[in-house]
Amino acid sequence: MSLEIEIEFTLNGRRTRVKVPPAMTTLSMLREKLDLTGAKLACGEGECGACTVKVDDRTINSCLMFAVDCDGRELQTIEGLATGSGLEIVQQAFVDHGAIQCGYCMPGMIMQARYLIDQNPGQGHHMTRDDIARGLEGNVCRCTGYTKVVDAVAAVVLEEASL
Amino acid sequence: MSAVIAKKTIIGARVPKPDAPDKAIGRTRYINDMVLPRMLFGKILHTDRVHAKIISIDTSAARALAGVHVVLTGDDIPELRFGTTRDNVPLKAGKVRCIRDEVAAVAAESEEIAAQAIALIKVEYEDLPAVFSPAEAMREGAPVVQEEHPDNRSLYYEFSHGDIAAAEAASDIVVEHEFELPFVTHCCMGTSCAIADFDPAGKLTIYSQTQYPYNYKMDLAPALGIHPGDIRVIQPPVGGAFGSKLDVYPFEPICALLAQAARRPVKLTFSREEEFINSPTRQPVEFKIRSGVKRDGTLTFRSVDALLNNGAYTSWGPTTPVIQMRTFTGHFRVPVVEYKAQAIYTNSVYSGSFRGYGNVQATFCTATIMDILAEEVGMDPIAFRLKNAQKSGEVTPQGSILEDCRLGECIEIAAQKTDFLRKHEANTGNRDKPGRIKRGIGIATSIHNAGGAKIHKSDGCGTILKLDDFARATLITGASEIGQGIDAVLCQIVSEELGIPIADITIVNDDSALGPWDVGVHASRTTFIAGNSALRAARAARKQVLDAAAKQSNVTAEELDLRQGHVVQADNGVAVIKLDKLLRRMHFSEEPELVMVTDYYEPNSEAEDKNHVGNLSATWAHGAYVAEVEVDTETGEVKVLKLTAVQDVGRVINRLGIEGQMEGGISVSLGYALSEQLQMKEGKVLNPSFRDYKVLTAPETPEIELHFIESDCKEGPLGAKGIAELPAIIPAPAIANAVYNAIGIRFFAPPLTPEKVARALHEAAHQRSSKR
Repeated sequence: MSLEIEIEFTLNGRRTRVKVPPAMTTLSMLREKLDLTGAKLACGEGECGACTVKVDDRTINSCLMFAVDCDGRELQTIEGLATGSGLEIVQQAFVDHGAIQCGYCMPGMIMQARYLIDQNPGQGHHMTRDDIARGLEGNVCRCTGYTKVVDAVAAVVLEEASL
Repeated sequence: MSAVIAKKTIIGARVPKPDAPDKAIGRTRYINDMVLPRMLFGKILHTDRVHAKIISIDTSAARALAGVHVVLTGDDIPELRFGTTRDNVPLKAGKVRCIRDEVAAVAAESEEIAAQAIALIKVEYEDLPAVFSPAEAMREGAPVVQEEHPDNRSLYYEFSHGDIAAAEAASDIVVEHEFELPFVTHCCMGTSCAIADFDPAGKLTIYSQTQYPYNYKMDLAPALGIHPGDIRVIQPPVGGAFGSKLDVYPFEPICALLAQAARRPVKLTFSREEEFINSPTRQPVEFKIRSGVKRDGTLTFRSVDALLNNGAYTSWGPTTPVIQMRTFTGHFRVPVVEYKAQAIYTNSVYSGSFRGYGNVQATFCTATIMDILAEEVGMDPIAFRLKNAQKSGEVTPQGSILEDCRLGECIEIAAQKTDFLRKHEANTGNRDKPGRIKRGIGIATSIHNAGGAKIHKSDGCGTILKLDDFARATLITGASEIGQGIDAVLCQIVSEELGIPIADITIVNDDSALGPWDVGVHASRTTFIAGNSALRAARAARKQVLDAAAKQSNVTAEELDLRQGHVVQADNGVAVIKLDKLLRRMHFSEEPELVMVTDYYEPNSEAEDKNHVGNLSATWAHGAYVAEVEVDTETGEVKVLKLTAVQDVGRVINRLGIEGQMEGGISVSLGYALSEQLQMKEGKVLNPSFRDYKVLTAPETPEIELHFIESDCKEGPLGAKGIAELPAIIPAPAIANAVYNAIGIRFFAPPLTPEKVARALHEAAHQRSSKR
């Protein structure tokens, strides 16, 4: 078959080596080569955020990034967010605040929420609901109407600010 | 000393969905994530014509491509008619009638190969004259869309009550308005997907996104030419549905036909562009409405003429008049009503059902007209509505029994919580003052079936409930979970009745081979119908357990209760025996018994008679919503600041779930009001992407305040009513009325985009200056 290129990167804390076709997206690599189906293909054009993962210190739409460009980088997906046996604090907040209905957009939404909170460390008391909403603008959800999503993120912001 | 366990209730609590943790960590395998061994990938060639004869299809290059297993066209399969009126087929032979039409399909070893094969198929067409609007299609000599309907008429509905001419003559004021409601689409985050797998005996297992698995078998079978009993429906988790999965659409039988031909499992998934173009829309409608009122504010009549663009085939969209009609004839006390609707075939895309089903369109009209009439008679919007609101016990002309009517209460609370009248008057006074930003407040109300809707022969749901030796419960229900949260609601009901924690309850509802009958997630029915069935099953299990406990402890069952995994004395909470211990004793006794009960619940509603009369739902509910907006008079942008919703919900079972359903529904309606429209040009979809079709995002979400009226419905499970469609119905006209309050301009055709509002403001200014 067609040419494949071997790349190596850190995936959820582990060194990973994988061969990918040059035109494969990061999202396809995660879903098809690495069986990480948390990130979703929902538009394939970077318009909905359902495929959001973290690459180095930024979140990206993984449907728009070539897999070969992951070489040498550090990737984190929804599957790698919780390090212990339970849920990571943002994941738990989404559960507790009823932010998850069908849940299809939520892996992307939660990755973006975690990133947003990390971008503003200790800013809890200054981060408004509007700031949170703007930070999640690129993530489309058709079930919840976003209110409970913002509730969940606001709760984490407050909790982490008081740590 | 035995433990004392106080009585606690979980009804009304904030209960997270049981499946939420898996969804939060990315562990849930949605249908779109699934892979079966030896699975092939299907893809459809959709036409690029709106109306054309198929002269030839050359599939030779596609068939020759390595990795391609099956190529099918309409000529390869018998004519398998399916659909609401049996006017659709999976693959079209001879002719295409709209841009959605499926002309060929392939199954290949990868999605890439399938796409390459599709690109290699050559179709030769001869274009035919086409029609896109009902008005064009009704003209004498118009091109015919479906040969069996030479006049292009698809479905027709008519209802009449009282003498319209006399009522019109007796009216002091008569107004006439035309409304045009747009094409919008569901935008499920998980695109359409199916996986089909035949066994050697010819039985089909279909992994489906369907939200009505049992009727689905009957609707899918004719499209495959197999017996419905030979179809097993598995429902993996889905990425949204909202009514879009309440019918069979061609991609599903096509997927199955590919699997049948390939003798391997086939998965077929839409791209987002396909999802926008090829999945069903909300039914667009053109209305002409005459309404009358007396000077004192008493409504006299409503006369409604509805024209529906049927599109090229008939799914649920053209049947939405059934529910439209209930609102036009039954919302507020209108003594004389007539309603006519006709659905006309065109070469446009066709509509399915979509959360709110017909009432979205009807309520946009009625709520706008109520606002206009209030102003015509010089009453405030609240007093006018209160004057015409029905009271408990009234029956609408179509026979909807408003046994415990909370419409007036909803309106009063909505007005009071928002300081409506003061703001409304102040905003009206500010309209002509200088200032770029204008504020507005508007109210809208509606009624909806809240106890199911008997549109099929049955509106029932079955339940199988078992308790094992460890006091763990399994509830097998016919009710589907599509993200709406029936899982949490049913767990709460079982937990409440059996005194066991939610963590000890498993819901099974993803396999038609296991689950008993249910009519599907629609008509705001699942909490009401499946909830009642689960409640009755849980009560039967409870009785069996308490009878056994009573027998062992020489008391009556009435003196006992189930709390926190124990049988306790009802009066003082003193524990008698642990439940699991009791269950084992029952199981391993001289007269062994297992706790496994079944229930089938059919609501006491009526199917409509041929005149559309009958109490279609076991109960009805009202809501009154207030929108507060800011209009930027330079850009035309409408910003919703706050949405206050007051709704009769019967009783709150899961507070977290009900809030989520309300907020989510409101979001869909905000999109309908302000930004969403599938742009059609000569039958083609111009904006098939999230870039150009604007759904609401987080920053556009207003503050939402919810007020639940707990009317304790006597038919409902623990008092609950169905709730999830009214929030998708009422906000849009509340926003339009608020925009009127801000700038004095009425809009009869949503969405109120900045473009549309700015143009209307410009025209109004132009008219004012030319009058001077």
